Amino acid sequence: MYPEEREKQMKARYQAAGMISVLLLLAIGLLWPARSVSAAAEGKITGTVKLDGAAPHMKGIDMSKDPFCVKQHENSPAHLENVVVGAGGGLQNVVLYISQGLSAAEASQTPAKEPVFDQKNCMYTPHVLAMDVNQKFKVMTSDQTTHNIHPLPNPLAGNIPWNKSQPPGAPAIESSWKAEEVAIPVKCNIHPWMHGYFVVVKGPYATTDEKGAYTIENVPPGNYTVTAWQEEYGTQTAKVTVAAGKPGTADFTFKAK
Amino acid sequence: MRRMMLNGSLILAALVTVALCSLSWGQATKAEEDQRLGMESHIGKLTGHATSAQGNYRRYCVGCHGELGDGEGENAQWLEPKPRNFTLGIFKCRSTTTGTLPLDSDLFDTIGRGLDSSNMPSWNPLSAQERADLVAYVKHFSARFVTEKPGAPIEIPKEPALTAERLKAGQEVFQRVECWKCHGPTGMGNGPSAATLTDDQNRPILPYNFHDGRRFKCGTTDEDLYRIFMTGLDGTPMPSWSDNIKPDEAWDLVFYLRSLQPMKSKEKELARQIGLKPGAPAAAAPAAQQ
Repeated sequence: MYPEEREKQMKARYQAAGMISVLLLLAIGLLWPARSVSAAAEGKITGTVKLDGAAPHMKGIDMSKDPFCVKQHENSPAHLENVVVGAGGGLQNVVLYISQGLSAAEASQTPAKEPVFDQKNCMYTPHVLAMDVNQKFKVMTSDQTTHNIHPLPNPLAGNIPWNKSQPPGAPAIESSWKAEEVAIPVKCNIHPWMHGYFVVVKGPYATTDEKGAYTIENVPPGNYTVTAWQEEYGTQTAKVTVAAGKPGTADFTFKAK
Repeated sequence: MRRMMLNGSLILAALVTVALCSLSWGQATKAEEDQRLGMESHIGKLTGHATSAQGNYRRYCVGCHGELGDGEGENAQWLEPKPRNFTLGIFKCRSTTTGTLPLDSDLFDTIGRGLDSSNMPSWNPLSAQERADLVAYVKHFSARFVTEKPGAPIEIPKEPALTAERLKAGQEVFQRVECWKCHGPTGMGNGPSAATLTDDQNRPILPYNFHDGRRFKCGTTDEDLYRIFMTGLDGTPMPSWSDNIKPDEAWDLVFYLRSLQPMKSKEKELARQIGLKPGAPAAAAPAAQQ
């Protein structure tokens, strides 16, 4: 074969391969539109939240009014959880959410996952539960003692307070909140030390782990303001840019009072 | 002289401005509420109109519940428990589920009945039409009555016949769902959690003592008692039990609670006959704490 002819043949093969791959891409694009949308939303915002200064003393809880609760904490005394600081000053239970920069459509997307708020050993697990507006969540009890679950949102802001009982073995309560609210206090009147929060936000959110680290998933590329909320220290904001394939980062430091 | 006049007019102008500002600031909410003055109430055949109740509200209600309906009337500071803040749309006495608006008839009944152990008297001396008008007026204070519908009223099956088995079963329900945590092992309102209870405004509040013979806040009949614990008393620590007590068990509990009250009743008589003592049926009885 002459070299020119060979070159021609190669060219034709390349062209065919190119055409096929273009067609394949088109097919993928057409057949899996949902997939391509989520691919666009694969950005992230990550960071850590720290406490600057000595962690405040968290009082021990006297549960003597309920022998069941006392028994659960025989070997691990319970403490208040208003400020939970881990190794290296990481602040736990801080909720991070995007307060500016999301389009209305992005902000109104509701995750299908149902976060769970458990009443365990006469404490709320987790102490702070973040969720999206209209996202369904569950309240369950693991305890062999009666609790009442009493969220106290501001009714003038759109969320209505309610108060339901949960005796041992009671089925989970499923509910959701209509309006954004940072944050809704939750209490149990029977066990007055039980106190937690529902944090209701629009759009993607995250809660810090015991090291103070967080990752907000599913953030489309763009410029955002991220807000960090902590029940004792209030809020802080930071500007973050998320590029395609490059997560944004935002670290926060709250000053100990 | 001229300078003094100038000064005087300046001060006057300043005063007028301040007065106007405070007026318009105070009326920001009032104006909003006034837009809802077309509010109606429907109780049976009666239709109440908020506009018709303005006179009666100013005469009888404003002193405690306040001009804006926020419970900040001039007498409020001397009262305990505090007058209801109508702007929140949260009411104790409902036939509807927790976290929902009451029916018009619930508000009508509350106005007629008054609230025992509070400063709210019965307003039955007013005509039924006047009370229906007041219901519409109470509703007009909260935007929730425009944007939301009242909840579905809970169903109350017909009261079954009282039997010794039902009375004992009622005692078991009291024990199982732990009414005693607040109301005390024998229903005296002295349970382990009683001392620390607070209402939604964080003010101390006491659980009901079944032995002192006071009327319930939300009605005195057996059906009222059934409704009280099933729907709960919103704004207070009393939760709703309708998810966890079945209708049949609820009637058992009604019978048992009746047997605790000091008044003469068929339940009390039966309890005496079968020797049913208030408190835990088994040895699991927790001791009352101060």
